[in-house]
Amino acid sequence: MSVDTATVAKIASLARIRVSDAEIEAMVPELNGILAWVEQLGEVDVTGVEPMTAVIPNTLRLRDDVVNADPLTGGDIRDKVLANAPAAEHGFFGVPKVIE
Amino acid sequence: MTDLTDLGVAAIRDGVATGAFTATEVATAFNTAVAEANDALNAFIVTTPDAALAAAARVDAMRAAGEPLGKMAGVPIGMKDLFATQGVQTTAASKILEGFTPEYESTVSAKLWDAGAGMLGKLNLDQFAMGSSNETSAFGNVISPWRRPGDTAPLAPGGSSGGSSAAVAARIAPAATGTDTGGSIRQPAAFTGISGIKPTYGRCSRWGVVAFASSLDQAGPMARDVTDCAIMLEAMAGFDPKDSTSLDLPVPEWSAALSSDLRGKKVGIPREYRLDGMDADVARVWDEGIAWLKDAGAEVIDISLPHTKYALPTYYIIAPAEASSNLARYDGVRYGLRDLPQGAGLQDMYAATRAAGFGDEVKRRILIGTYVLSAGFYDAYYTQAQKVRTLIARDFSQAFEQVDVILAPTAPTAAFALGENSDDPLAMYLNDVFSVPASLAGLPAMSVPAGLDRNGLPLGLQVIGRAFDEQGVLDAGLALEQRAAFSARPAKWW
Amino acid sequence: MSEYRIQGATGEWEVVIGLEVHAQVTSNAKLFSGAATAFGAEPNAQVSLVDAAMPGMLPVPNRECIRQAVRTGMAIEAQINTWSRFDRKNYFYADLPQGYQISQLYHPLVGEGALEIQLDDKDPTSTKTIGIERIHVEQDAGKLMHDQHPTMSYVDLNRSGVALMEIVSRPDMRSPAEAGAYLAKLRQILRYVGSCDGNMDQGSMRADVNVSVRRPGEPFGTRTETKNVNSVRFVMAVVEQEARRQVALIEDGGTVVQETRLYDPDRNETRSMRSKEDAHDYRYFPDPDLLPLVLDEAFLAECRASLPELPDAKRRRYETALGLSAYNAAALTADVETARQFEALLASVATEAGKAEADVAKRVANWLLSERPGILNAKAIPADSPKNSLEANTAIVVATEAGTISGSKAKEIFERHLTGDIDLAAEIDSNKQTTDTGAIEAAVDAVLAANVDKVEQYKAGKEALFGFFVGQTMKAMQGKGNPQAVNQVLKAKLG
Repeated sequence: MSVDTATVAKIASLARIRVSDAEIEAMVPELNGILAWVEQLGEVDVTGVEPMTAVIPNTLRLRDDVVNADPLTGGDIRDKVLANAPAAEHGFFGVPKVIE
Repeated sequence: MTDLTDLGVAAIRDGVATGAFTATEVATAFNTAVAEANDALNAFIVTTPDAALAAAARVDAMRAAGEPLGKMAGVPIGMKDLFATQGVQTTAASKILEGFTPEYESTVSAKLWDAGAGMLGKLNLDQFAMGSSNETSAFGNVISPWRRPGDTAPLAPGGSSGGSSAAVAARIAPAATGTDTGGSIRQPAAFTGISGIKPTYGRCSRWGVVAFASSLDQAGPMARDVTDCAIMLEAMAGFDPKDSTSLDLPVPEWSAALSSDLRGKKVGIPREYRLDGMDADVARVWDEGIAWLKDAGAEVIDISLPHTKYALPTYYIIAPAEASSNLARYDGVRYGLRDLPQGAGLQDMYAATRAAGFGDEVKRRILIGTYVLSAGFYDAYYTQAQKVRTLIARDFSQAFEQVDVILAPTAPTAAFALGENSDDPLAMYLNDVFSVPASLAGLPAMSVPAGLDRNGLPLGLQVIGRAFDEQGVLDAGLALEQRAAFSARPAKWW
Repeated sequence: MSEYRIQGATGEWEVVIGLEVHAQVTSNAKLFSGAATAFGAEPNAQVSLVDAAMPGMLPVPNRECIRQAVRTGMAIEAQINTWSRFDRKNYFYADLPQGYQISQLYHPLVGEGALEIQLDDKDPTSTKTIGIERIHVEQDAGKLMHDQHPTMSYVDLNRSGVALMEIVSRPDMRSPAEAGAYLAKLRQILRYVGSCDGNMDQGSMRADVNVSVRRPGEPFGTRTETKNVNSVRFVMAVVEQEARRQVALIEDGGTVVQETRLYDPDRNETRSMRSKEDAHDYRYFPDPDLLPLVLDEAFLAECRASLPELPDAKRRRYETALGLSAYNAAALTADVETARQFEALLASVATEAGKAEADVAKRVANWLLSERPGILNAKAIPADSPKNSLEANTAIVVATEAGTISGSKAKEIFERHLTGDIDLAAEIDSNKQTTDTGAIEAAVDAVLAANVDKVEQYKAGKEALFGFFVGQTMKAMQGKGNPQAVNQVLKAKLG
């Protein structure tokens, strides 16, 4: 499978990265080179092989239902949450107006 | 008095503990070395001499008060700028995070400070840890302290932990943190003649480490020798309930148990790693390594890891796929760069912010990752890659039924010049050919300096161990280190 | 039951409905962080570093959220998947800090189940089984406010990361009534289980309504999905409006487009959400920050053991073991709070009266369903008034049950108890009804003598007047006459 300029434009849009036509032109052969190379995986016989789910055998631990048990993963830290915001007002993050 | 910057982790810690020198003297010496070197090497994105001095003062006070000192007491270190550090800019070497000052400390860095280490500064790296030469940083290339004889051409320190490797090799930090996704600790360690270990996936918490590829990312130490790596890893590792993939296991006393006596141990030599047209120096050093391990008492056995050739393409599907999702949070809403063109709506702001904030390699990987996960392609690329990953891990577990550790080169060549590979992404990716398989299998692996190539540049050997068997890796590393007796160091030109 | 059909210009159409219900899981903390879930906090106060998707933050799942989803699955007798996984659903929006929602696509926690709905309250045979495809657990998004600033929208992440169950039905419903009954039944079960408070007006429960139309017996048509419908009534309205719109569209020569729509309750119509139309490709893949979720037998056993008696079982038991009418049994089990009150009062009355529960159940049911609500409504007294206590209700019902006071006296005394400050026990005592035949006969004689004309009419066949005589007699005796005795005497005297 290989990509063309329209496909690159589409995935750049999906990934929310603005790209110029010239950038797309440059990316097409680069991405095709990488894709052609990774496609050698297609030759591996994976009959009966499960996709890897956990690289080291381990299962999911569950947390107790306690609010703010660890301050690092709890709430009530609005100032910290907003501290690096490009636009914060009245306790909210601000973004360009969204018309729904 | 010896030059304090010639000392490593164990020597500094022991010297501070015995009172041979103070932690403050050590911090001052390294702060000075950093200040002298950083314009030339660009190893640090920001330096934090005051933080180093404050940590040292705490250790000196504790010692004066007779309090017990931590494993890293009095050791100033460099912190890869992928670890969130409270109150200190954390960028992942990307414009998109320039100015971001976390309100939290990563688990690993917090553990190091608790163990008495101090911070010299935040180390440069490939942007979002994507790269093998440190040329993708938004804050400029790191220049390796190494040069080819009679040549001033700047060399790559390796990547992504290029600031870490350059700083340790230049002796402006006795040790540094690294992170390894597909070789980002081991390859730069090999390029600069230092040691580094990527532990078993889950040993070190990923909490507070800017994510590249979650199923592969693992932190580890980079230092001058195996013992220093063992000590520092003890301080970094440990169960963290905030990371679902963290291993709930006790942290062994690796440094205390270190032994280079390999009698009764079996070392596997994977035949698939002997590539056609392999660099002659790399092949020679590998053969020497085999001889050294035999000398240490180990039995050497040829093994096969049949899916080795598929490791890199597997990696270059899985890592970009995870990265494309992990990096979606950099959107200009809550932190970091916001590029808001006149009259732009929300989605335009995202596209503009991410176009302005991410470097070319990051964009390339996000696009690859987006593509391989997109409708109609997911099974052919991603699912297939995860199945091949299962086979790669199975190759290793079958090999470890026969052997205790595996010996291989760390990288296919010694350090290359900056710019030499940067026009061809695929050529750059091939740098990770020997390091990626262990990453895909989550196994502990380390690089130790083993010799010099024809240009006088360091070459590393890689030891890969069973899951959880960092001890076996470190022991084999120590056996190599003792026999390689690697003493070359870059001449100071900065 | 007649089948619901849309009468189009070209003939009859059948409507096909599936619901995807998002129910907020009842838990203290969020699905993957320790921030609180309570409703109505200050903006961004209940947001952790994890919920704000700060660099390097990682999810750790909340056991209670998993437990509640498993219990819900058990309540609909669904397949519980002891091996499940979380996946990332990738898209960009300002209310989604991670740039992906952690959800479950490939391996949901709960698989196939079913729910039985009853379409006619009074007809226990009017049931239909609606298939449930799956229940999965996922993160809620934050909230955007558009009207606070001229050029900016404001983002509040308090809801970001709150646990939701998405309960996906099969396209098994065929009328607005079935869709409404399904949603109501689902809400009833969630409240019984305690896994969701079911408060649709607070957004704790909302439905995405999938509607398509077809000629009866033909394959499914193209469906539309109307998002975030937040009441049973609106769901029914959406089905009806959307079905009519689609029929009109097709009969006009158009085709239905698979799209997301929004319901406008003010205009009672659905409209296309064009802003969200740009071809979504969510790029689902297993979340590499989370390992597979494996449930062990002990966990499942606790989930099973902690399930309450569910409404259908309870209703059957009320009918068979307690002898209640189907109607009363349904009314008492309609919501978990009513059933809880009934069972508390039933136990208390049976103990105090020294009788079996089955012997007092009808009286307790009538008191709770008709007599007491009448008083509370008439006097506008809230049901949670402290005067409306278990003790007071028990005293009144026990006194009635023992024949100490009449039913009408009971209501009168209870009303005075609620509105004033009386000594309930003394009041009951002083209003003891009499079974003294002499006194009753005297009263009856006086009533009959004063109403000779009505006696004539009664004897001529107007038997409905019997109640009038009973009422007059009771009134004359100030409510203290035993109604049965009064009836007997009246019957004897009126021949």
